[in-house]
Parts: sequence; C-alpha cells; structure tokens
Amino acid sequence: MAGEGMKSALYRQSARRRGLAFAALLALAALPPLLQALGQDFYVSVAARMLIFALAATSLNFIVGFGGLVAFGHAAFFGAGAYAVAILAERGVTSAFVAWPAAAALAGGLALLIGAISLRTRGVYFIMITLAFAQMIYYLFISLKAWGGDDGLPLMARSTFGPFDLGNDATFYWVALACLAAALFLLDRIAHARFGRVLQGIRENESRMAALGYPVAAYQLACFVIGGTLAGLAGALIANHSLLASPNLLHWTQSGTLLVMVIVGGVGTLYGGFAGALTLLLLEELLTGVTVHWHAALGLLLLVVVFRAPRGVAAWLHGLFSRGGTK
Amino acid sequence: MTQLILEQALNGFQFGLMLFLLAAGLTLVFGIMDMINLAHGSLYMVGAYLAAAAAAASGSFVVGVLAAVAGTAVVGALLEVAVLRRLYQRDHLAQVLATFALILIANEAVRMLWGDQPMLLNAPAALAGPVEIGGFSYPAYRLLIIAVGVAVALALYVVVAKTRLGMWVRAGASNREMTEALGVNVKRLFTLVFAFGAGLCALAGALLGPLLAVQVGMGESILILAFVVIVIGGIGSIRGALVGSLLVGVVDTLGRALLPWLLRGFLPAETAANLGPALAAILIYLLMAAILFWKPAGLFPARG
Repeated sequence: MAGEGMKSALYRQSARRRGLAFAALLALAALPPLLQALGQDFYVSVAARMLIFALAATSLNFIVGFGGLVAFGHAAFFGAGAYAVAILAERGVTSAFVAWPAAAALAGGLALLIGAISLRTRGVYFIMITLAFAQMIYYLFISLKAWGGDDGLPLMARSTFGPFDLGNDATFYWVALACLAAALFLLDRIAHARFGRVLQGIRENESRMAALGYPVAAYQLACFVIGGTLAGLAGALIANHSLLASPNLLHWTQSGTLLVMVIVGGVGTLYGGFAGALTLLLLEELLTGVTVHWHAALGLLLLVVVFRAPRGVAAWLHGLFSRGGTK
Repeated sequence: MTQLILEQALNGFQFGLMLFLLAAGLTLVFGIMDMINLAHGSLYMVGAYLAAAAAAASGSFVVGVLAAVAGTAVVGALLEVAVLRRLYQRDHLAQVLATFALILIANEAVRMLWGDQPMLLNAPAALAGPVEIGGFSYPAYRLLIIAVGVAVALALYVVVAKTRLGMWVRAGASNREMTEALGVNVKRLFTLVFAFGAGLCALAGALLGPLLAVQVGMGESILILAFVVIVIGGIGSIRGALVGSLLVGVVDTLGRALLPWLLRGFLPAETAANLGPALAAILIYLLMAAILFWKPAGLFPARG
C-alpha cells in the first residue's frame, strides 16, 4: 500500500544539505528578536506553536513515512503528553526536566501497548484500530472529572526550566526549536543507522524482510514507540504553550490534522512534517484573516494538493533543490 | 428494573439499526473499492439538514424524509463522479487527505446555507406519545424507527442476496478484477452503490434528527461508530455490518445505562460514579480491540 512518495529514498543527507539545515536553524533562531524589533511580539508565540506542531507531525511522519504504518491515532500520544504535564503540575511537579521526560515516557508506554495489539492487523484494519484506541483514550479523559472532563486541565504556569524563564515567549520559542532540531537530528541518525535501513526494507517489502529472518513486528513496534514518545514530548510543549491540556488535543480530528500535515508536507521525507505543519498553520493564519468560511477554502486547497502535488510540499521543494544542485 | 433494561435494550436495537443504514453503504465502499471514505458521515449530516429544511417548507415529516433521501442520493452520485472516482487507484493516505478535505467543505457549506444554530426537526405529532404494550410503555416514534430499520434491513438482504444486482455487488466486494473480467461494469455499478449508500445515510440522518440534534459536526461522531461497526463485522460484508451494528448499538446503550449501576454493587459509590461513565464510553472500543485481537479480519471477512 506504500505510495509513490514513500518509495523514493529522500532520507538522504549530503554535506550540502547539512549546511542548508544549519543555516535554516540559525535563521529560525533569529526569528524572535526580528519579530520583536518589528513590534510583532504576538507572532513569537504563533511561531512557537508552529514549531510544536512541526515536532508532532515529524513524529507521525516517522511512523507513516518511514515505518510504512498508516496510524490514525496519533492524537492519543500528543494529548497524553499534554495531560501528563498538567497532572504532574497539579501535584506540584513543575520542573521540565522531570515532567517532560515523564510525558514522553507515558506516551511511549502507551504506544508500546497500543502498537503491540494494533500491529497484529494490516492496512485499513490498522488505520481503524489505531483510531479506535485513540478514541478510547479521548473518552477516558473527558469522562474522568478529576482530570477536568470536557473543560480540560489548566496549568498555573509554564514548567520551570533550570535558570531559564519559559514564561518569556522568546525563551519558550528557543526551547521548542531546540526540541524540534534535536528530534530531526535523532531521526536522521536513526534513518542512516542499521535499524533505519532494516525499517525501510520492511516498508518496501515486508514478506521479503521476514523471509530474510528479520523480526518484522519488533522493528515496526520500535518505530511506533519512537514516534509515540516524540509526540508525547510535543504534547508536553503544547500544554505549556497554551497553559491547558485540552481534550481537543486527543480528538480524532487532531489525528486527522496531523496526518494531513504529514501528507501535505511530504510522506517519508525528513522535513515533511515540518513543511506540512508550517504550510497548514500559515494557511490557517492567512485564511482566517480573509474569510470566516476559511475551512472551506482550506478544504479546496487540500483537494488541489491531492490531485496536483501528490508527493507533498517537501518533495516539491526537494525537486527544486536537486535540480538546482546538479547543474 | 425490568422496564428499564427492556427499554434500554430496545433503544440499543433501534440505534443499532440506524448505524446499520450508515454502515451498509460504508462497508461496500471499503470492500469493493478498498477506499477510505471519511466523508460518509457528511452525507448523514446533509441528509438530516435536507430533511429538516424540506419538512419545514412542506410542513410534513414524511415529505422531509423522502426529499432528504432523494436529494442526498443525488449529492452522493455527483460526489462519486466528480471527486471520489479519481481516488480509487490512489493509496490510503491520499484518500484520507481528500475525504478529510471534503468534510471541511461539507461542514462549511452547511454552515453557509443554514447557519451555526442547530436546526429543529420534529417527529410527526401523531407519534409524539408513548405506546402501551402489556404494561410496558415505549415511545411511538422510536417504534417507527425500529419498524423502518427492520424493513430496510430486510429489503437490503433480499436485494443483496437474491437479485442479480446484489450478486454483482457481492462479486465486486470479494474480487473486483475478476468481476470486471466477467463483463460487469463495476464503475457504473459503483456509482449506483454509492448513491444508494448516500440515500441510506440520509434516511438514518432524517430519522435520528428528532432524537439527536441536527447540527454541524453531527456526522463525525457517528462516522467513527460506523467505522467500528464495519471493522467488527468485517469490511465488505453486509451481514457483518448488520451484526456489528446491532452489537455496537446494544452494547453502547446498555453499557451507558447499566454500568454505573452495576459497578455500584462492588465498588465505593464515589469511585463507581467516576468510573462508570468512563468505562461505558470506551466499552465499544474495547469490544472492537478484543475482536480484532482474536479475529484480525473481523467477524465475517468478505474476502476469503
């Protein structure tokens, strides 16, 4: 069921691309002072939100594009991370160094449990069972009054982060950027390690890899858990960003939105999640300014992407770059 | 107590029948074309809105329902020819993206036409009261829904199991290429099946309208339930959809009514009051996970 977009090995990194990535990182790091100089302080917070969604989408892209598993329940891990931070904060644990790893670990554990059962199924059934598990988590959280029910669980303040004050939007932005950059670096390393090669082999031809003696299910489960863990970290960040662990984060439309980000950005490309989150959230910013019916406009644009740019924005950009590079 | 259990069981049966109307069309779309259609719930919403609008314009509930079924079938056929047909050969991800986009468009279109406020759809006045059967009373309107649901399920069974058209549909669900090779125009057959499924969605939306709210987003919540149903039943199987629908309808309704009460038997009152609704809400998902764990292709797999 792997699409054309998955088959191209875009997880390739040359020294030149490394340089480009580093330049992009510097440019992103310079954004808050630039926005503040322009008097647009509000957009620092907006940009931080984009980075967090980029991290969540990147973690899903690892599962979908790299592991070849179309998971439709990523909101469960994203939301669980957010709730973990809020619940710990309520109990007095406000240090990011404790709460964020705990959030990631909880999401990872959840992914281990859900993945172990879901990976018994294939194709459409896998999509549906991951969706069902995510719904289960959603209903569990909204029906437990102790965790805020329908209203969600608010945070009194952002987590404490050593000597840095996360209440400052620019500092929070840099921390989010550091998390995203670390995650991208990690996933890039994984992609080039033996583990990553085997995983790509499984994505291309599962039965052949099984016949070669690789424990296919264990590899896929590991991939699912890595993605879930990173989503938990993104959840911890988003709870800090909005000072609320909202049930909306767990809703199935959130899983859908993340999946849409991945597809728009480019399935199976290192920067696909980043490009997709950026594209979708920028469109949201722009369209809400133009019309109240921006959802309809977004829907039409997505249809254009499906039929005109089936491999996503990142692949399209990649195509531009490599053409420029060979000349 | 018996009255409560009986009433809830009937409610569950009635909800299950309505779920079947949605799941029947969805399972065929999945089965024949191996296509994920997230926008199926939007057809249900469109049906409910059309019914409310037509009923308000004509003053007759029956006219509203008939107009909704016909109108939504046309919308479904147009949708299939214009957009969905291009997606059959694409992978699941493209289908998810495109039909997700269709949900966004449908919700906004309904909002543009009818506004943000929920629409009012009243059951016919003659059926407003309860019916008394041997000391047991039950709302007349819900009995009507059960009657219509059973009739449609039977009619569907006859069409699918006994007619040539139904034979083609079943053949298409179990092996599309072979059916095409035998000279059946699966493409045209499928437009027909899709329009038919859309009509069934509208019927469910129109009949449930007076019981649930007619509002934007109503399609999404029931869509997930319909997915659970067809996955439990086995994708592509009408019989599986029927069994799955009734199972989900009864388990969900009875669970919500009885679980908090049952838990109180052996748990402290406060814990039971907290845990009961949570457990009831996830009951059908537990059921689905359990069934998929032991039978990964559902109860009645359509493909051998």
